[in-house]
Amino acid sequence: MKITVVGCGKIGATIVANLAAEGHDVVAIDNSPAVIAEITNIYDVMGVCGNGADYDTLAEAGVEKTELFIASTGSDELNMLSCFVAGRMGAGHTIAKISNPEYNDQNIAFMQKELGLSLAVNPELLAAHEIYNVLGLPSAAKIETFSGRSFEIVELLLRSDSPLDGMSLIELRKKYKAAFLVCVVHRGDQVYIPDGNFVLRSGDRIALTASPIEIRKLMKMLGIMQKHVRDVMILGAGKTAFYLSKMLLASGNSVKIVELDREKCLEFSDKLKGVSMINGDGAQQELLLEEGLPQMDAFVTLTGSDEENILLSVFAASRNIYKVVTKVNRDEFASLAEKLGLDCIISPRKSVSDVIVRYARALQNSEGSSNVETLYKLMDGKAEALEFSVRSDFSLLGIPLKDMSLKSGILIGGIIRARRTIIPTGDDVILSGDKVIVVAAGQRLEDLADIIR
Amino acid sequence: MNLRMVFYTTGRIVLFEALMLMLPAVVSLIYGESCFYAFLIAVFVAAVLGGILFFAAKPKDSVIYAKEGFLTVALAWITLSAIGALPFTISGEIPSYIDSFFETVSGFTTTGASILTDVEAMSHGLLFWRSFTHWVGGMGVLVFVMAVIPDMSDRSIHIMRAEMPGPIIGKLVPKVKETAKILYLIYIVMTLVQILFLLFGGMSLFDSLVHAFGTAGTGGFGIKADSVTSYSPYLQWVIAIFMLIFGVNFNLYYLILVKRIKSAVTSTELWVYVLIVGASTLAITVNILPIVGTVGDSIRTALFQVSSIITTTGYATADFNLWPGFSKGILLILMFIGGCAGSTAGGLKVSRVIILFKMIRGEIKRMIHPRSVSVVRFEGKQLEENTLGSVSLYFAIYMVCFFAVFLLLCFEPFDMETNFTAAASCFNNVGPGLGGVGPMSSYAAYSPFSKLLLSFAMLLGRLEIFPLIIALSPSTWAKK
Repeated sequence: MKITVVGCGKIGATIVANLAAEGHDVVAIDNSPAVIAEITNIYDVMGVCGNGADYDTLAEAGVEKTELFIASTGSDELNMLSCFVAGRMGAGHTIAKISNPEYNDQNIAFMQKELGLSLAVNPELLAAHEIYNVLGLPSAAKIETFSGRSFEIVELLLRSDSPLDGMSLIELRKKYKAAFLVCVVHRGDQVYIPDGNFVLRSGDRIALTASPIEIRKLMKMLGIMQKHVRDVMILGAGKTAFYLSKMLLASGNSVKIVELDREKCLEFSDKLKGVSMINGDGAQQELLLEEGLPQMDAFVTLTGSDEENILLSVFAASRNIYKVVTKVNRDEFASLAEKLGLDCIISPRKSVSDVIVRYARALQNSEGSSNVETLYKLMDGKAEALEFSVRSDFSLLGIPLKDMSLKSGILIGGIIRARRTIIPTGDDVILSGDKVIVVAAGQRLEDLADIIR
Repeated sequence: MNLRMVFYTTGRIVLFEALMLMLPAVVSLIYGESCFYAFLIAVFVAAVLGGILFFAAKPKDSVIYAKEGFLTVALAWITLSAIGALPFTISGEIPSYIDSFFETVSGFTTTGASILTDVEAMSHGLLFWRSFTHWVGGMGVLVFVMAVIPDMSDRSIHIMRAEMPGPIIGKLVPKVKETAKILYLIYIVMTLVQILFLLFGGMSLFDSLVHAFGTAGTGGFGIKADSVTSYSPYLQWVIAIFMLIFGVNFNLYYLILVKRIKSAVTSTELWVYVLIVGASTLAITVNILPIVGTVGDSIRTALFQVSSIITTTGYATADFNLWPGFSKGILLILMFIGGCAGSTAGGLKVSRVIILFKMIRGEIKRMIHPRSVSVVRFEGKQLEENTLGSVSLYFAIYMVCFFAVFLLLCFEPFDMETNFTAAASCFNNVGPGLGGVGPMSSYAAYSPFSKLLLSFAMLLGRLEIFPLIIALSPSTWAKK
């Protein structure tokens, strides 16, 4: 598919990388020649240097024939304008990154409609949602939800004292009578789609699917559901912190934000009722201790510097804070941070690029027998969880799963039928109108029919 | 340094050469010539060597950077020439391997300089192979392999940049593979059109193929002792015009294909190229009129020689060695200018010459008004400081290399004109020079050392110096 991406900063570059890896024909536009040179050196894409809202630049990039146009510059206004111009020039679908909270209220639908945007994405809001979800289930490293919040996929790190150490999946199922399914296991550098005989070990990172109630039940039985998060300390008053605090405050948590910039502090305390703003340097451990870091349930680092986030998270983890969430933008740092023992790492740019990759795949598959509804990358992108909605012309309707010959590295993780969640066994079937959750490692699925050998 | 990837890619190229060598084998079979067996042996050698490199060096990691790109190109071109020279020596038609190597390098680099004293005695199979190397060398062997092989690395842009001539290499479409395909498709179609035009003029099929290959690659290997002098004026016109067409940046043809004709015809490089050709033709026409006689013949002869030299092809319809000094001077300058960037031609390239002149103008302005600030624009775009830097650096290193080759060549007992133009002609991938290496003579008289030196000069010119310099530079091989 022909895709144009305007703005190749942190977020844009990740989008370009993911779309190029998906095999799309990508044209990247940026106004810095150095950025364009860099990006065309690393990825197999074409670069155009210029202003992404300028007619001539867009014409040079061949926008009139592009099927998907994505504007991800640092400026919301430029993104809206380039999407508008590209749409008028004939681009098929347009996606704009819009981060500013002022645009992201009730009026966003109006703007989206009038500008002809197919989608408005907000990296900070996505990241805030992700953090909010994890704080709701603090024993998990990562939580993603599927249609109607009726299904969740949860990543857990098995610590050295985990009761699951040395247990095979069959035993696990017998012992804990909860409806769940272990879909992916990440051990060392390898990703496994496990069968019943697979034996778990401590140090594994596992992903399991279940309904939210069942997951909480399982956590309790495993003894890793300790307490609810109530008091949260956030470092850095950026947009993500704004969205997150808003959600936390609305659900009755107490939020304390440490920020160096006094203006920011004033702005936040004006806009967010009930937040306590601390004006100071969060890198000073003395200050954090004085503000009661050891008494906090959760510590979230959201400053603009990956290094600062990682180091302060390590410090907080050493003080036995129950839940530490770290925002890390650079992939290289994310794996380093994991080695340092931080398990909950959030990357806004990954969340955005997941949304865009899903959109591109759904667009490409609009003729197929199923639709990609949701797509999440698991285990640092080594596996994917996709939700397909099944249409009536799907070829395998009514066939029991045990009679299908699936490709290796594929697992059906769940079926949602009329708001009911089914953890599938070999006797279950797929019906028209179902939503099917498929977990895949080392494969790229566009259509549900792709799972068949 | 990902050496495995370098060897692996070279292995692929050599395997591909085994396939290419089957073509002249078929030709020699059709003509019932004994050189068929020479080709079979060469195919075998290429298949074995390529297979060893391909299977033994299969890399775990396909990530390459610019230096691997340069190194791959340098290694692949040297290996290709070394194997491509085998049939000439095995068949016994060029007994010395150094001569065969010179001839093959001259083919792949689209130079067209020959050590043959009696080209008409060669068998058809070998003549076909010689000209076919022009055709694949013109657009680039690695680029062709990139277009047809499915799983090249994401970073193959580095290989393409190292092999394609010109100061700025852009892609036509987002993917390298698709870009390579489009370029080759344009190339193939234009070659076929030329073959049709030649057949229409009554040329035999074999002659048409050979001359179309030589024109398309801007190579210039002829199959007659007097190059194309003995063909009809119509055929000379066809070849002259197609040489000019193949000397134009292929990106422009793509722009025309996708109906962006306006941006194609407003190309500065195109107009400067047309202007240089027009002015040189006019000057030479007037200058040689007393020798040739009629105005019509004079124009045809002048245009043919001008387009042959500026596109660095090297065909001749007249012995310009006998022309007045002014005409010879113009031709010598045209050798250095060369064709457009992104074409199959050699030389400095018209775009670099334009940029150099613009930089000179800017610098003079800065000397008069020390505080003036100005930018260099080319093809409607502002050129970045580092592009300008690399153009002037290229010019400097180009001159250094040229004079080094020239100096080493001066050990030969020939006159200055012969040695200077031999170096210029090989370095710019033209073919014929002046004096002892004029269009109707050959390089046979040079010593084996000089032949190797000139082969190296041809590779330097075709690959635009850097790949070979990088391959020979110790810091490329240093571990740190």
